[in-house]
Amino acid sequence: MSRGLPLDAFTIASEVRSHERSARSVVEEVIESIERGDSEIRSFVSLMAESALKRAEVVDEIVANGCDPGRLAGVPVALKDNLCTKGAATTCSSRILEGWIPPYDATVVEKLRDAGAIVVGKTNMDEFAMGSSTETSFYGPTRNPHDTTKVPGGSSGGSAAAVAAGFVPLALGSDTGGSIRQPAALCGVVGMKPTYGRVSRYGLIAFASSLDQIGPFARSVAEAAALYEVISGHDERDSTSLLKSEQETTEEALTRGVAGLRVGVVTELLDAMAPQVVSRVREAADALGLSGADVEEVSIPELRYALSAYYLIAPAEASSNLARYDGVRYGLRVDADDVASMNAASRTAGFGPEVKRRIMLGTYALSAGYYDAYYGQAQKVRTLLIAAFDKVYERFDVLVGATSPETAFELGAKSSDPIAMYLSDVCTIPSNLAGHPAISVPFGSGEGGLPVGVQVLAPALHENEMFTVGAVIERAASDARNVGEAAT
Amino acid sequence: MSVDRNSFETVIGLEVHCELLTATKLFCGCPNVFGEEPNTNICPVCLGLPGSLPVLNSQAVELAMRIGLALNCEIRPSSFHRKNYFYPDQAKDYQISQYDEPINSNGFLELPDGSRVGVTRAHLEEDTGKTTHVGGGGRVHSAERSLVDYNRSGVPLVEIVSEPDIRSGAQARAYVSELRSILVATRASDGKMEEGSMRVDANVSVRPLGATEFGTRCEVKNLNSLRSLTRAIDYEAARQIELINNGEEVQQETRHWDEDSGSTSSMRSKEEAYDYRYFPEPDLVRLAPDDAWIASVRESLGPLPARRRAKLVSLLGGSPSGPEMDQVLATVELDLDFLVIEAAKAGAPAALALARASNEVASNLDALRSLDPAAFSTTVQMESRGDLSSTQAKAVIAELMSTGRTDPVAVARDKGFEAMSGELIAQEVAKAVSEAPQEWKRYLSGEEKLSQFFIGKVMKATRGKANGKDVVAELRRLSASEGE
Repeated sequence: MSRGLPLDAFTIASEVRSHERSARSVVEEVIESIERGDSEIRSFVSLMAESALKRAEVVDEIVANGCDPGRLAGVPVALKDNLCTKGAATTCSSRILEGWIPPYDATVVEKLRDAGAIVVGKTNMDEFAMGSSTETSFYGPTRNPHDTTKVPGGSSGGSAAAVAAGFVPLALGSDTGGSIRQPAALCGVVGMKPTYGRVSRYGLIAFASSLDQIGPFARSVAEAAALYEVISGHDERDSTSLLKSEQETTEEALTRGVAGLRVGVVTELLDAMAPQVVSRVREAADALGLSGADVEEVSIPELRYALSAYYLIAPAEASSNLARYDGVRYGLRVDADDVASMNAASRTAGFGPEVKRRIMLGTYALSAGYYDAYYGQAQKVRTLLIAAFDKVYERFDVLVGATSPETAFELGAKSSDPIAMYLSDVCTIPSNLAGHPAISVPFGSGEGGLPVGVQVLAPALHENEMFTVGAVIERAASDARNVGEAAT
Repeated sequence: MSVDRNSFETVIGLEVHCELLTATKLFCGCPNVFGEEPNTNICPVCLGLPGSLPVLNSQAVELAMRIGLALNCEIRPSSFHRKNYFYPDQAKDYQISQYDEPINSNGFLELPDGSRVGVTRAHLEEDTGKTTHVGGGGRVHSAERSLVDYNRSGVPLVEIVSEPDIRSGAQARAYVSELRSILVATRASDGKMEEGSMRVDANVSVRPLGATEFGTRCEVKNLNSLRSLTRAIDYEAARQIELINNGEEVQQETRHWDEDSGSTSSMRSKEEAYDYRYFPEPDLVRLAPDDAWIASVRESLGPLPARRRAKLVSLLGGSPSGPEMDQVLATVELDLDFLVIEAAKAGAPAALALARASNEVASNLDALRSLDPAAFSTTVQMESRGDLSSTQAKAVIAELMSTGRTDPVAVARDKGFEAMSGELIAQEVAKAVSEAPQEWKRYLSGEEKLSQFFIGKVMKATRGKANGKDVVAELRRLSASEGE
C-alpha cells in the first residue's frame, strides 16, 4: 500500500542529524513520490517543492556546521490546507479563497520549522473543514489509499491519506468534530486531537473557534506524540492558548504501561456501530485488561445529545467566522452593481453547498427570537456534557470506544444525505464539545478488510494517559496481526 | 414650526463613543495613531485575515476602568461578544464588543449645575475602518466606488451609554462637555469631537408633561460638534412634537442629522434594523480584573474635574461671579488649575492668578511646558502689588513662556518695566487731561467710564509702563482738587 517513503519520522531525523542522509535527498524523494503517486489519491492540493528544498538545504547546513536542527530534522510534514503558510496559497479547499496568499505563518508552522521539520505541501480537505469525507472540496475528492473507491474520511482526509499512502511520515490536521480522528480511523493511521488550548490556533483558518484544535497524524502513536509535543505550548497570539503545565514527557508515557489504570468502555460509543467495529473495540479493551488495566463498561447517556448540540454551536460560530469572505479584501470577488450585491454574488459563487447549508443553519440559530431555543440550549447541553464527563472521570482514568461508526464508505454514498454524513462524527464530537483530548489508534480491520480505529478519550490535560493507553492498544494490534499472519 | 412646545417634555439618552489613548490597537500590536497614509497601519489581525486571532490590550482595559471609576461605575467581570453585520469597513464583518456583561455599569455623572445623569454602562469595543463613497450622494447605496481605509480598524473605543435622564439640548451639551473634561482629565481619551475621537448619538423622545411613560424614540446620528448636538436635539424634539400635535405618530427609527440644512432625515426604520446575532466571542476569554488591579487604577486617577473646580471656587472665596466661573471651567478643562493653586499658596490673589491662567497662559498652551509655576506666581504677585501694570504683567508672562526664563523680576527689568513713581504718573495724567479737555469735562461731570480713555492715553504715552490703578487714583485726586 505504501506509495512513498516507508521510513518513520524518527529514522529520518536521526539519519539527517548524523549525516547518514541529507534532508535535501529526503525532500527530493518525497516530492518525487507525491508527483508520481498522488494523481489517483489526490491527497495534496499544492506542493511546496521550492521552499521545501530551500528549507532542506538550511537543515543540511545546520548539520554540516555541527549544530542540531531539532528533533524533527529533515522530516517531511504535510499540512491541511487551512493552516496559513507565508507566501504559499492557503485555500481551505474553497473557491472563495482563490488567489489568496497568507502574509504570515501559522504558529504551528513556525514550531515545525524550529524543530527542523520541512513542510512539503498542503493537503485536501472538506471545504472549510465542513464534512466527513473530503468530498466537499472545491478541488474534488481525495480517495482512500486502502481502496480508492472509498472515501478517506474527513475533513482532514488529505492529511490522513498522505500519511496512509506513505508520502509523508507526519501530517497536521484540524479537528472540530472529529476531523482528525475519523479520517485517521478510515485510513488506518494514528490521529489525535489535543486538549482545547494546548496547540495555538493562530494561523488556523477558523471553522468553529470554540471547538477547533490542530493535531497530528502519524503511522505510530510515538510519532504522533512527538509531533504533538513539537506543536503544543503557550502562544501569546492565541488568547485561548493554555499556559504550559509541568508534565512528564510523552516518551515516558509511551512506555509506562496500563497496569492499574481504570479504563471505561463507553456504551454510547459502541451502540449502533457496525458489528466488526464493535468487535475490534471490545478486543482492544480486552487487550488492555490483559495488560493490567481495570476495564469496565460505563454508560454516559448525555452523549446522545452531543451531535444535536454540536450541529447548532459549530454552524453558529461558522456563520460568523465565514462572514469575512465578502469579496472586499481578498479571495474571490464577483462584481455587481453595489457593495451588497457584490458580497452576495461573491459568496454565492465562492462557497459550496455544504458551507452554505451550515452558514444558514448557524445564522438561523443565532437569530433574534431563536437564540435561546437553539444556540442557548445547545450551550446548556454542552455544559451538562462536560459535567457528565467530569463525573465519569471520577471513576475512570480514560475511556475507550469506536472512532467511526463504520469503516470507509463509498465515494458519493452520503453526499445527498447530510444527516447520514453528520452521523459519521457521532463518536468524536463529544471530546470537542468538552475540550478534551482523544486519539484514534488503528486496530485491525472491518468490513472489506478496511481499517478500524479505536478511540481513547481522556480528561482535559491528560494527553499522557491517552498516549499510554494508545501505545498498548497499538502493540496489541501489532501482536494480533503477527499472530494472524503466523496462522495463515 | 408653530407648536405648543411648553406642554411637552423632551427625554434624551446619549451614547458616546470615545477612542482610547492607548499605544496600540485593542486586539493587535499596530500603533494607535491618527492621520497616517490609508492602509499603512494594519496587520493580519486588524485586517481580519483568515487565521488571525485577537489578543486583548491590557492598557485599553485599564483606561476603560479609569473611565468607569471616574463615572462612579461598578467594575464587574465581563465578556466580549460578536456583533454580526456586513459592511465593507468591518474587516471581519463582525465587531467585537461587550454585550450583556460590560466592564463598567451603574454609574452617574454630576454636571456643574449639580444635576445628575445616570450612566447605564461604559463598555469596550473595537472601532471599524473608514469608508469613503465616491460619486453618487456620498452614501453607500448610490456610490460609484467605495474606498476603505483600515487604519482605524481595531482602535479601542469605550461606549458610554447614559440613562434617559437628560431633558434638553443644553443639558445634553453640558453632559457631553463634562464627560469630555473627565476623559481628558483621566488621560483616557483626547475627547476631540472634530477629529472623530469622540462621537455622540442621541436618543430623543418627547412626552406630555407629567407623563410617566416614555414616548417613541428616534436615534439621531452624525453629531460632530457640541453645536450640532444641541441643534439636532432641539430640531428633533420640535419635529416629534409637531407630529403629535398633527395627530400623527412618531416612528421608531434612526435619523441622520444634516448640519447644513439643520434637519434630520430617516436613515432606517425599526423594521430595517439589523439583527446583529450577538453571541459570545469564542476567541477571547473572560475579562475579570482583580481587586488589586482595580484599586491601583483607582489610585492612579487623581482628582476629577468637579473636585478641581470646587477647589478653585473655594480659593475664590466660595461665590465666584459668572465670568469667574467661566474662567474656572476653562482653567480645569485645560489642566491649568495647578498654576492658580500654586500662586494662591505663595500668597498671590487667586482671582488674578485665575484671570492670567485662563487668558494669557491658555492662549499659548503650546508653550506651557516652558512656564515655571513659581515664576508665574511671582509675576502675579508683582502685578497685585502694583510693581507691574497689567499690560506689563501680561508681557512678562509671554516672555517667560517663550523663553523658558524663570526670573520674572529680571525679565521685567530687562524690558524696562520699572514701576513709575507717583510724580511721573501725575505728570503724565496732567498731560493727558490737558490734551483732551472735552473728555476731561465729561469725566468731571460724572462719566466714570472715561477713565479708560485716559488710562489708554497714559499707557500709550508711557508704552505700557504705567499702572492702570495708579492712573485712576491720580484722575480721582485731580478731579477732587478741581472740584474744590
